[in-house]
Amino acid sequence: MHFLPASSALLLLACAAPLFAQERPLALTGARIYPIDGEPIADGVLVVHQGKIVAVGAAGKVTVPAGAETRALPPGKVILPGLVDSHSHIGGAQGGDGSGALHPEVRVLDALDARHASIQRAQAGGITTANVMPGSGQLISGQTLYLKLRDGRIIDDLLIRLADGSPAGGLKMANGTNPMRSPGGPFPGTRAKAAAMVRDQFIKAQAYQAKIARAKGDPEKLPARDLGLEMIGEALAGRRVVQFHSHRHDDILTALRLRQEFGFKMVLHHVSEAGKVAPEIAAAGVPASAIVLDSPGGKLEARDLSFDTPAALEKAGAEVGLHSDDPVIDSRHFLRSAAIAVRAGMSRPAALRAVTLANAKMLGLDDRVGTLTAGKDADFIVLSGDPFSVYTQVEETWIEGRRVFDLTDPRDRTYALGGPGAGDPRRTPLCCYTSAWDIILAANGALQQ
Amino acid sequence: MNRAARLALLLLLTPAAASAAMPLAIQAGILYPVSGPPVREALILIRDGRITFVGPAADRMFSADHQVITAAVVTPGLIDARATVGLSGLLNQPHDQDMLERSAPVQPELRAIDAYNGGDPLVTWVRSLGVTTVNTGHSPGMLVSGQTMVVKTSGSTRDREVLQPAAFITAALGGAGLNRAEGKAPGTRAKAVALLRAELIKAQEYVRQRALTDETKRPARDLRLEALGRALDGSQRLLITAHKAPDILAALRLAKEFNLRIVLDGCADAPLVLEEIRAAGFPVILHPTMARAGEETENLAMDTPAKLAAAGIPFAFQSGYESYVPKTRVVLFEAAVAAGRGLGFERALAGATLEAAKILGVADRIGSVEVGKDADLALFDGDPFEYTTRVTATVINGELFRDGPR
Repeated sequence: MHFLPASSALLLLACAAPLFAQERPLALTGARIYPIDGEPIADGVLVVHQGKIVAVGAAGKVTVPAGAETRALPPGKVILPGLVDSHSHIGGAQGGDGSGALHPEVRVLDALDARHASIQRAQAGGITTANVMPGSGQLISGQTLYLKLRDGRIIDDLLIRLADGSPAGGLKMANGTNPMRSPGGPFPGTRAKAAAMVRDQFIKAQAYQAKIARAKGDPEKLPARDLGLEMIGEALAGRRVVQFHSHRHDDILTALRLRQEFGFKMVLHHVSEAGKVAPEIAAAGVPASAIVLDSPGGKLEARDLSFDTPAALEKAGAEVGLHSDDPVIDSRHFLRSAAIAVRAGMSRPAALRAVTLANAKMLGLDDRVGTLTAGKDADFIVLSGDPFSVYTQVEETWIEGRRVFDLTDPRDRTYALGGPGAGDPRRTPLCCYTSAWDIILAANGALQQ
Repeated sequence: MNRAARLALLLLLTPAAASAAMPLAIQAGILYPVSGPPVREALILIRDGRITFVGPAADRMFSADHQVITAAVVTPGLIDARATVGLSGLLNQPHDQDMLERSAPVQPELRAIDAYNGGDPLVTWVRSLGVTTVNTGHSPGMLVSGQTMVVKTSGSTRDREVLQPAAFITAALGGAGLNRAEGKAPGTRAKAVALLRAELIKAQEYVRQRALTDETKRPARDLRLEALGRALDGSQRLLITAHKAPDILAALRLAKEFNLRIVLDGCADAPLVLEEIRAAGFPVILHPTMARAGEETENLAMDTPAKLAAAGIPFAFQSGYESYVPKTRVVLFEAAVAAGRGLGFERALAGATLEAAKILGVADRIGSVEVGKDADLALFDGDPFEYTTRVTATVINGELFRDGPR
């Protein structure tokens, strides 16, 4: 096989294009912009440069830097911050297994595939940041990861690094029926036993931490390293937010009680019956990430699940987010959850906040993402119209100034709508291509970035 | 009970009965009758469960005994062309899951009406979202899992509510009809088709022998073969779930061999075999637009409804079967997403109303807002398919249900 000169030129461009993509500032004009931390801007300008937002404002009030590439969007387009999903299982997420109920040492990191189709579909749904978690079949099912849904080759390319270089993530916990099993094994058979097991584990972690503190670095006095207790220690120290699955109102109160006893940072998840204890959730100052499903039921504790929950939490004054729980809700319908919450009485600003800033705060990432604010990451989406309309499509998704989803690209369109190939992993440029045509397509795709 | 007590009881019951029978006047900002163009400022009059007038409000006076209801938008009551509500209950506990019998692979004699619980909260739930009729029954999961029935969502199984007590016989080819456990059949796709062919041949023979003039030579009645006999003569159609292209083709092959009138169900791969489906002339009850993709349904797409419409293949929307959360889908939402993914408003509405009624064979009674048809309506406070629009009420057989607004 030999390359035509033209193809070779394209190939070179394909390699070169990403290097230059960030060099010029990019200004998008003519869209209605929802910055989230301020009022919507009817005729807005968004300027991004080197992966960051440089300026956001009304036309005429924003100075577009000299040398910027300006893209005037057709009328009717809407720009939102990249969506933040506070609870997802994309990428082939896995956590603890059936050998026990407590797996704080298990990392979702060790299961994820950066090129998994579900990550591509999440991009198509406008999601740019996601808390990817193990499941809820254990009291503690493992460590979660906060990911940027970049077009990465390996999972390391998607990590969000904290100041000390460690990957950002939380600790997944659950109560209610999911982590309960028939008695005799290592799982709790009742709710009270479940709470006792968690308390016991946290007390052990406190003792482990105390031993380490007493040792003052003396290797002779240090306890044997325990990966699980170490992780719970991170939660106790407030370094790792506990992401707590809880449906029934009394289970929610149990979770609040545990948090009060041990003082960890916590986000409540699913909260099917939050409407019954919304004042308690608000008073505790614990954020709640709700799920909105097309019907109640499916299990006993989701019997009273309701469209009204996000609105009830908003009215009570709680910090309320929404999540996909992908694959429970396909990431491509994430914005729809916000719209259904509006249908049931949530205010439009709160519903948009619930899929952006509220979730960013729940992950402790609101200094980087969740709003369109100068200095934050250039994560944004371009919509064809109103964010809450069924007739609106996500047209583009940008992460750190790079377009990772473009509805006009045939491959991305397949991920957005489905069809043969929508379940296949994303192909990495210059790897695994089988024909010259593939290379031309790849070069074309890279040029469009 | 003495006469006076009986009279007292009758008086007690009267208000509820009177309210159900009270004539209704529905004033719609815009009415989509589906059978014709939209009507602005429309009036629909209802008496004794039937529609007695449809037209511009300015054209007609009505008597003071009507209860007047107003709504921004009115459509025909929505029809879920393939559901399991009433058999697959809300709680998802063993006692409320009657949608699948696993004791044998071919049990066409299992009637939906013997399992349907109109009082399950999921029936009320779909009604609160505009659904007034469901074709519900046994789910996919066995080669021939049972039957479906067409029933209104008003909550009971009185004659007026049941349009068809035995609507379809439900079969599944491909993964949804296999039993891969060791020693069980059918364990492969080819075995499933062979098994079904053998059963249909047995039924042909049974039908022939049951018609023998010599009564003594007739075989004893057999409910299973009787049911398959109805599939053979077309009096009870087969609803065949098939997702992968080879399974869709296998269903068409079976229909041709036995001269069956079938309806295709699911059809994730329909865009790959559009020409074959169109040529066969069978309608499709398409998988939910928002169904999860995977394995059998790995190729499903949200724009398949638009492709079916473009190919001229009749199709309707369904909620299907859900094994976990959400326990049921809602055709209002499935049609809405199709409307927003290339199908457009009018075709999407038809797929959840008149097209569904035609496929189910009940278009003489429901599916459109026309004089003489059952008074089944869905009332909205805006564009029915917009996520933020609420269903304000439904009307079933002239009876008003206010389950929401939702």
